[in-house]
Amino acid sequence: MTALEVRNLHKRYGPHVAVDDVSFTVAEGEIFGIIGPNGAGKTTTVESIAGLRTPDSGSISVLGLDPVKDRAEVRERLGVQLQESSFPDAIKVAEALEFYSSFYRDPVDWRELLELLGLTERRNTRYKALSGGQKQRLSIALALVGNPKVAILDELTTGLDPQARRDTWSLIERVRDTGVTILLVTHFMDEAERLSDRIAVIDGGRVAAVDTPAGLIARASATRQVRFRVSQPLARSVLAELPDVTDVEITGDRWLVTGRGQLLSSVAGALARAQVVGHDLRVDQRNLDDAFVAITGRAPAERRAG
Amino acid sequence: MRALPKMVEVETKLFLRDSATVVFGVLFPAGLLLGLGAVPALGEPSPDTGGLRSIDIWAPTALVFGMVMIAVQHVPAVIATYRERGILRRLSTTPAHPRSVLLAQMIVAFASVVVSAALMIFLAWAVLDIAPPERPLEFVVAFVVGYAALLGLGMISAAVAPTSGAANQIGTLLFVALMFFGGAFLPRVVMPDVLREVGEFIPPGLQALTAAWSAEAGEVTATAGGQPFWPQVAIMAGIAVIASAIAAKLFRWE
Repeated sequence: MTALEVRNLHKRYGPHVAVDDVSFTVAEGEIFGIIGPNGAGKTTTVESIAGLRTPDSGSISVLGLDPVKDRAEVRERLGVQLQESSFPDAIKVAEALEFYSSFYRDPVDWRELLELLGLTERRNTRYKALSGGQKQRLSIALALVGNPKVAILDELTTGLDPQARRDTWSLIERVRDTGVTILLVTHFMDEAERLSDRIAVIDGGRVAAVDTPAGLIARASATRQVRFRVSQPLARSVLAELPDVTDVEITGDRWLVTGRGQLLSSVAGALARAQVVGHDLRVDQRNLDDAFVAITGRAPAERRAG
Repeated sequence: MRALPKMVEVETKLFLRDSATVVFGVLFPAGLLLGLGAVPALGEPSPDTGGLRSIDIWAPTALVFGMVMIAVQHVPAVIATYRERGILRRLSTTPAHPRSVLLAQMIVAFASVVVSAALMIFLAWAVLDIAPPERPLEFVVAFVVGYAALLGLGMISAAVAPTSGAANQIGTLLFVALMFFGGAFLPRVVMPDVLREVGEFIPPGLQALTAAWSAEAGEVTATAGGQPFWPQVAIMAGIAVIASAIAAKLFRWE
């Protein structure tokens, strides 16, 4: 079942084309990531899904509903955590949750959300006095208080310390386990890689690629590298002649083997047959950073923080 | 609109936690009048004003102070902050329309001014022996309509101010201008006729409030060429309608 469908979305502000042509579908229960450079059109796409913008052309369907025409129904079922939005300084945590829950037809028990988000002890704290991580958790709680089927989380962990980011990630996984479909917008590659079932890379207002994190990484580069030290001298040809190997570099007892396919098992097998032990064996993993660079031709806006 | 009662409740709590506004908007008018009432010269009946004391004639200005403070300083600053910090935008993504938060703001602003006025009128009567409004119905009408006109001006400021800082600056300018005609710097009774007559077009309409409170004081502050009571109220109603329409037209949610 499709939770979210965006087809040929186009949106311009005057002469500036914010979103040129974006299409993707998100299945129910999925965590779907959107990554892309700053100004790529991520935020406009998300705002259009949330019904804050009216697309110039193209169509959006949230659980089969149109965010503009079926405004009221979409707002009942879609939870939104927006980048750069906050709450009045003097409002207390419990008040904010009770307040927001009063907007919805069928809200969840906000006391349980407090518990789930670890905010119970802060229930009587004013918004202003919360830490960055606590504010973020409150913002997530308020996105979930209406018992949404789909939640949009925009720049979830910006400004959080590494521990708070990891806590937030496990929280999101728990939320998904309750059956909520999640659209995750982020510029953190590690976050997208860790949480997303599938990822859309948006660049220049268009979808450059949609795939699983592993699929994107594999697409970006088929080559991988294995490093190790040998226990005794070994002829270069033992590894260089393996079908998966493209290059071998030897510096003293240190070997660096480049290749493709099942490189690690080929190398390990050849070493075992030669009765040589590979010490400190390491496989250089390609990650989403590399995939991002390969797909968009530029570095992610900010380096991995975690 | 089902969220409105809850919004009024929350906005009331937030208002009460804003101690500066509670002190200046709600408590200060009464304090100001009591303070001036303690000055002996202002409490002496004067033959120039038909035997009225200065404090009797000046009392409505203290009331105007609280009304202006809340309508053009407090409300626009809160709404501009809500816009600046994405609070209105966030509300737009929920089933509650952010319009209800504006409505809740205005309801709370109105209620707080009613409390401010009631407190001041009671203390003026109990402590300074200033009689409560002689024509209560006219007084309530002049008060409500005059406040609506003020709030209309405040909402224009709230509509266009891009930041809370800008709203504060506009609010301060408006405050000074409105309080000049409200008699805070120069009591209306000593203003030249032309300023008094212009003042009949300036919210919240001090002359109408004064006349409804005390006919004698109203005669002292009126001019020969000024409008009667009901046309003054009609002018305020017109300002309220026009200003609200402009504010609604210009209002930006983000």
